[in-house]
Order: sequence, then C-alpha cells, then structure tokens
Amino acid sequence: MIPALCIILSFQLIGEVAARGLGLSLPGPVLGLLLLVLSCSLRPPLADLLRPVVGTLLGNLSLFFVPAGVGVVAHLSQFRQDGIAIAIAVMVSTVLAIAVGALVFRAVLKWTGGSEQ
Amino acid sequence: MTDAALIWSYLTQEPLLWLTATLVAYWLGDTFFRRMDRQSWANPVLTAVIVLALLLGVTGTSYQTYFEGAKFVHFMLGPATVALGMPLYDNLKRLRCSALPLVAALLAGSLTAILSVLLIARTFGLSDIMLASLAPKSTTAPVAIGIAEGLGGDPTITAVLVLLTGIFGAIVATPVLNALKIRDWRARGFSLGVAAHGIGTARAFQVNETAGAFAGIGMGLNAVLTAIIAPLVLRLFL
Repeated sequence: MIPALCIILSFQLIGEVAARGLGLSLPGPVLGLLLLVLSCSLRPPLADLLRPVVGTLLGNLSLFFVPAGVGVVAHLSQFRQDGIAIAIAVMVSTVLAIAVGALVFRAVLKWTGGSEQ
Repeated sequence: MTDAALIWSYLTQEPLLWLTATLVAYWLGDTFFRRMDRQSWANPVLTAVIVLALLLGVTGTSYQTYFEGAKFVHFMLGPATVALGMPLYDNLKRLRCSALPLVAALLAGSLTAILSVLLIARTFGLSDIMLASLAPKSTTAPVAIGIAEGLGGDPTITAVLVLLTGIFGAIVATPVLNALKIRDWRARGFSLGVAAHGIGTARAFQVNETAGAFAGIGMGLNAVLTAIIAPLVLRLFL
C-alpha cells in the first residue's frame, strides 16, 4: 500500500510542480492522471502494483467531495437569488450535451463505416 | 465534572469533531442510497451535504471551522484524480476500436456542455464568478474543483453544481437517448459520461456493462479536455 501511495502522490506532486512551473491552466492532479496512464502503458506491472490503492480511492470517490459540497451553506443567499437561472442553465446544458455527444457519435460511426453495437 | 462549554470549546478547536461528522454523514448517505436501491435522486453526497449543512446551522458553526476538520477528506480529491487514470488505462484498447466517433463525440459533447451553460448563464446576467464556477460543471468533481479554482470561480459552488449536473444527467439520460433513438450502448454510455461524469457513469453501469465502461472513458477524457478548453471558452464570455 505504501509504495502505491508514494507513486500516486508523487505523480500528483510532479503534476502540481509542472503545472505551476510551466504556467499551465491544467490542474496538477490532471497532469498526474496523464502521467499514470503513460507510466502504466510503458510499464504494465506498475498497474498491478497500483490497482488495490486505486480501487480504494475510486470506491470512495464520492466521499471526497462532501467537504466542498457543504460549502453551499456559505452561498445560500446566492443560490436563493440566482437559483432558477442556475437550475435552467445546468439542466438545459446537460440535456444538450448528452444529445449532441450521442448524435455525433452515431453520425461519425456511420460516416466511417462502423456498425452499431 | 467539567463544564460542557469547555468540552465544546475543545471540540470546536480540533479537527476531530468535523472530520468524524463528515465520515458519519457520508456513511448515513451511503446507507440511505443502498436502501433506496441506488436511485440517482438518493445520491449519498447530496444526503451527506444536507445533513452536515443542517448540523452546521443548528450548532452555529461557520464553514471555516467545519473545513478545518473536513480538509483532510478534501485533500484526497487530488490523489483520487490521479487514480482516475487507471480506468482510462484499462480501457485504452476499447478506445482504439472506435477512436474516431469517440473523439468527435468527446469534442462535441464537451464543447456543448461548456458553451451552452455559459450562454444561458450570461443571458440571465449571472456574475463572472458564477460563470467560472459553472464552466467545468460536467467534469468529475475533483477535476472541476481544480479547474474552477484556476478560472477564478468558487470551488464550493462548483462542487454543488457538479453534483446537481450528475444527478440530473443520470435521471434524464434514458428518456433523452430513447427519444433520439440512439441504440448503440457505446454512444449512450459515452455521451452520458462526458455530460454527467461519475454519477452518470454509475447510472450507465446500472443499465448496461458496455455503456458503463464507455461512460467511464468519457468521464476520464472529458476531465482532461475540459481542463484544457474551459479557460479558452470562458475567455469569450468575460
């Protein structure tokens, strides 16, 4: 567990340092994510070493955004004021994104001669 | 017998109380979610947030005090984001088989999610901070919070918006995709993962294994893409 944690934290650390050092708009952990994909592709045994800890982290992923979610109490007045506009924006945009993504997938699949599954 | 006020003042100064409360609230939420047969609306994070918000209100505790304890849980978002690379790595092979439709759907879905939410928010005259907080709403929470921080948005608002997006997406996906007569499980899952991240992915897995796997790919790819394009798109609106 400790070696896996060291590697995951190091990926994040390298990501944070690189993002800040190079002035990238990408969050450090996202660079860490890419680093993990790249490292596992180059050295497949690494994936097996990381898998148990990754499983634990992803299995409890929802827990980790509870503290940020509770932050809504600090913004209740704002949500009360703009609540309807925010709700419409989120709902319409989500429906559009699902529809456009799926329609484009189907169109390009047909265009490239693939068959539906 | 020590004064209860003294014990309370100890508890408010140490992280122990609110760290414990966060875990217990999530445990409650998760139990409720399982009891409700994992229905999207019974999202465990939503339950935990409501329980904790009520608790903070009743005890008159500020968010800052709460966060002193909860920050240990919050910190785990970073390593969890790195860990999201694993399902992406596991699915690389499936990705290659239908690469072109996937890339096109990713670009279209991701751009639609960001552009449309900003357009509507701007039309309603929402503030710049709210726009920056809304832009990454379709991305998985740990990444969205990082993006919002970088854009000058409010990460706590983003966390709530991401949650609402996921829950709403999970609920409407099946009727919307049926109405459009999309039958391909890859298309159904992938578009849901792109638009509604982890909560959408969990929903896709309930419906179909292939849809779930492709939703996971969509979520992972969109996390990276949104981090790159959200700052560029947002610039058009500020």
